[in-house]
Amino acid sequence: MTQTAEAPVAPPPRADERVGRKSPLARMLARPEAGAIAGAIVIYIFFFIIAPPFRNAASFSSVLYVTSTYGLMATPVALLMIGGEFDLSAGVAVTSASLTASLFSYEFTTNAWVGVLVALVVALFIGFLNGWIVVKTGIPSFLVTLGTFFMLQGLNIALTQTITNQVSSPDISTLQGFNSARQVFSASWTIGGVNIRTSVVYWIVFVIIATWILLRTYIGNWIFSVGGNPQAARAVGVPVGRMKIGLFMAVGFMAWFTGMHTLFLFNTIQSGQGIGNEFVYIIAAVVGGCLLTGGYGSAVGAAIGALIFGMVNQGIVYAGWNPDWFQFFVGLLLLGAILLNTYIRRRAEASI
Amino acid sequence: MSTPQETPAGKHHAPPAGNGRSGVPLVRLVNAGKRYGAVIALHDINMEVGAGEVTCVLGDNGAGKSTLIKIIAGLHAPSTGTYEVEGTPVHFSSPREALEHGIATVYQDLAVVALMPVWRNFFLGNEVRKGPRMEIPAMKKMCKDELLAMGIDLRDVDQPIGTLSGGERQCVAISRAVHFGAKVLILDEPTAALGVKQSGVVLKYIIQARERGLGVIFITHNPHHAYPVGDRFLLLNRGASIGNYEKNQVTRDELTGLMAGGSELEQLSHELESAGGAAAEAAHMMEAEVSDLGISQPSTTTESDAR
Repeated sequence: MTQTAEAPVAPPPRADERVGRKSPLARMLARPEAGAIAGAIVIYIFFFIIAPPFRNAASFSSVLYVTSTYGLMATPVALLMIGGEFDLSAGVAVTSASLTASLFSYEFTTNAWVGVLVALVVALFIGFLNGWIVVKTGIPSFLVTLGTFFMLQGLNIALTQTITNQVSSPDISTLQGFNSARQVFSASWTIGGVNIRTSVVYWIVFVIIATWILLRTYIGNWIFSVGGNPQAARAVGVPVGRMKIGLFMAVGFMAWFTGMHTLFLFNTIQSGQGIGNEFVYIIAAVVGGCLLTGGYGSAVGAAIGALIFGMVNQGIVYAGWNPDWFQFFVGLLLLGAILLNTYIRRRAEASI
Repeated sequence: MSTPQETPAGKHHAPPAGNGRSGVPLVRLVNAGKRYGAVIALHDINMEVGAGEVTCVLGDNGAGKSTLIKIIAGLHAPSTGTYEVEGTPVHFSSPREALEHGIATVYQDLAVVALMPVWRNFFLGNEVRKGPRMEIPAMKKMCKDELLAMGIDLRDVDQPIGTLSGGERQCVAISRAVHFGAKVLILDEPTAALGVKQSGVVLKYIIQARERGLGVIFITHNPHHAYPVGDRFLLLNRGASIGNYEKNQVTRDELTGLMAGGSELEQLSHELESAGGAAAEAAHMMEAEVSDLGISQPSTTTESDAR
């Protein structure tokens, strides 16, 4: 009060607070997939330099093919993770779907498409069961799907052995409807000397659909909310339980789709395959910017996460390294990508 | 007043203009009580809130405030007494049902999804849809305009709501409830976790909601926050009403005294005194405060007389 020359304390105009507008770059970096994009560029340049075969279009198309087989599943796994849940059974569920289709149509000598539809029902049911148990019991999905993971793996091996007396399903390429199903799920074209498989196209289409759902529809709004704060979502009338079950079923649907691709590409399925892939899907989603705790992430990010995996997978071969080291490098590079991702996100958040 | 007519989802009926002011209280509890098994959580409560009024519910921890909110918000039905909305007895079985009657609750902590942008939070559960698609530019504009109408000037409705201050978050939750046609707002301790300045901001929005013709039920344990904005004051202690006043029947100091529970304060000062030393000094200060506040019971009215 006694201070001299105290100017009338006018409150600073509100506009002053907004001087620090975010630059377009900071805005871009604030997107969940920013870290993954940076990581993908680094890894691409790395193999481009050290592995000459990596540079031609044909080998990049095989990188894309490997990517798509993981990327298809990484997409719904990312949505599920944004919705706050895990699915450890996703890897073997793919094999379950292929085995169901193959064994059903072979044993009952039906049209291949009948087996395809039966497998769809089974895959959706697996997803439903996972979701239903998680929602009804409140037990963490990590534990529930760990249980179903082992159950499915056991069923895959035991039922195949019981029915066929072998460790793999019979060749179904002679069945009616096989060729049309192969055309749908596992076709490939050669464009300009480069072989493109349909799975790559399907993968890109599904990523676009998932991104559209997440960012442009009310369902996307609900997915973010059930992962970010389920109580708040419930309080405003979002059907949290049904959303989560739906997301598990989306994983089931894509397990079916991926399973059909594999089945109609190879005609026969090893009953023990698929184990370990669930971690690849989850890693792709996390590298792509999905938070383990839910409520944040993107489908494009998961696609780029899968691309990083695909590039490392093929790049090591093209670089002529001993493939025994493959998993070590996958782990190392993924860890690096995650660190970079975290660093960039922290910086982006600090600049808000 | 005209804004609720623009409710985009059309899910919540817009309140017919002027209906609330016809003299029938929007929400009214008569002799309401709640038992959980053998525990009597709430006993013989009378309260009401009319359009354009703020009813403050004051009480210390465990006084029964949250039970009262749960009854009004539709989470629990009262075990005894009646609950009327605009003169009609109601039995809500879910918060959704209460919401459909225009009774919206803004909880202190579970109001928003921190990682989601402001506009997504604003419309969560009430998205403006065209098929499954959201009308995003329209929604952003509506959100910005509605917040501006409440006097909240955000630089960017795209920022995660977690980056706003606690007070601003409360205000977004309040304006969301207003926008979607709420006639009665229940605010659960909106100022409890806030600093002085932020509390002031929230109080300003309570007044604004009142000016727009809403009934507000303001739950707090701070008489300094309640007195300036309140029209009626219901004081709770151990699940029972210890006073129900209109503003002209009580002063701020009397309110503070009642809230502090004069006799309990005296008891506390005795306990402190017996501890001796520095505690005794504190006890003397407390005694002085008790006498300053003039813990004399102001004339009590019952709810039915007050009308």
